[in-house]
Amino acid sequence: MSKPLLQVRDLVQKIGSQEILKGMNLDIYDGETLVLLGKSGGGKSVFLRHLIGLMRPVSGSILFEGEDITKLKERQLEPVRRKIGMLFQDGALFDSMNVFDNVAFPLRERGERNPAIIHQKVEESLARVNMRGHEKKMPVNLSGGMRKRVALARAIISPPNVILYDEPTAGLDPIVSDSINKLIRRLQAELRVTSVVVTHDMVSCNHIADRVALLNEGRIYFIGSTEDLHTNSDPTIRDFVDGRSGETIY
Amino acid sequence: MPLIGIFSNLYISFLSFLGQVAMLAGETILSIFCGRIRLRLVIQQIAEIGFGSQLVVIVTGAFTGAVFTAQAYFQFASLNMETAVGPVVALSMFRELGPVLTGVMVAGRVGAAMSAEIGTMKVSQQIDALRALAVNPVDYLVVPRALAMFVSMPFLVVECVGCGILASYYVGVNVLNISGVYFLANTQKFADSSDIIMALVKGFFFAGIIVFISCREGLRAKDGAVGVGRATTQTVVNCSLAILIVNFFLTMALNIIFPAG
Repeated sequence: MSKPLLQVRDLVQKIGSQEILKGMNLDIYDGETLVLLGKSGGGKSVFLRHLIGLMRPVSGSILFEGEDITKLKERQLEPVRRKIGMLFQDGALFDSMNVFDNVAFPLRERGERNPAIIHQKVEESLARVNMRGHEKKMPVNLSGGMRKRVALARAIISPPNVILYDEPTAGLDPIVSDSINKLIRRLQAELRVTSVVVTHDMVSCNHIADRVALLNEGRIYFIGSTEDLHTNSDPTIRDFVDGRSGETIY
Repeated sequence: MPLIGIFSNLYISFLSFLGQVAMLAGETILSIFCGRIRLRLVIQQIAEIGFGSQLVVIVTGAFTGAVFTAQAYFQFASLNMETAVGPVVALSMFRELGPVLTGVMVAGRVGAAMSAEIGTMKVSQQIDALRALAVNPVDYLVVPRALAMFVSMPFLVVECVGCGILASYYVGVNVLNISGVYFLANTQKFADSSDIIMALVKGFFFAGIIVFISCREGLRAKDGAVGVGRATTQTVVNCSLAILIVNFFLTMALNIIFPAG
């Protein structure tokens, strides 16, 4: 395996008095798709936000290409963020712009002024996520799956080195979820990006993961392949994989 | 002890509020001079703030001038000083009513809208999306609004004052039968360029108050729709109070620079 692109060391985060991450350690390798599993409210999304500098840890470090991004100021993070794309849980499309302008936004902000080039790149990006023909629609008129596709088109228009997915299949029906899973897999193959996917959807995990990590009680409890996950007999892992809560009905 | 605790908490909150507004203002000014200005957004905001506020400013100015003229006339008529109505209204409109009323009306219309728009972006993760796309929210959201506000506000103040004086002249001369010649002559005699400068300076300061408080409230919004509503209400209340308080200190300071009479 290649060297780690992202190295997370002893990451601690508190929200109020609650410790969400309790010294998390994780290596993410160049070109892999790592799926981070864990209970709802367990700190998966919080962790993902640290990888792009949207949250600052209480302590610990995150090395990206050898640089500790937790030490960088907001404006110093901008070059890092140009290399990392993020798909938010509900897409986070700009609701004052139509689909075309949303996808063109990163290009325009990075100084591209030629309308022909912008048009060509937006069309290419929308074609990658099967959203051509919807350019003039406003985000409010899109379904959940379509919003995620457009947000993904926006994230990949200037191809990043890493894509972070926050619950990409949450709230979607199984068919749309499957199409999003295939899309993630296809983008990984076409763009050769490193992907970090936060989810609690086991179907999605089985479909897209090169490696799986399980976040439990603020720490990485398990890391390995999907086969290792399914054959592991640890009760905590089994409860999560088999979907058992441990609570009794009466 | 609990009372001391409440007051100390209020004091700390107030200082924290001032600090956050000042830091946002500092970051915005730094960004204006060192960053990229998005002219298209500035023009959009000028249209929203400047042109969008026309009706409210004209109506406010005109009816304030008209009602102030009527009240002043009823008081001055018993002293045979009807012709003093013109300069009294003009000076009041220039030095106090024009800038303050414009500030309060713009805070209610534009400040609340700014706060709601930015607050909605905050709670729906659009501001996180901006940051994730390597775009600084202050550069993209606050700078264009600040520039547009600083450009628009002096014009709006002048418009409010102008409408107030025109309405005053109309009501005074055509309704209350004050001599038009004396009305104009006395107004010109007592009002001069220092009054116009005072109105513009106040308008400039109020523009800063409105834009930085509104954007601060929007950027700090949390807890979904309830949080956006809270931020919007706080914006209107804080802007209105700040305008009234700062106006007092501006009046004292500007009267030293431009003494009345």
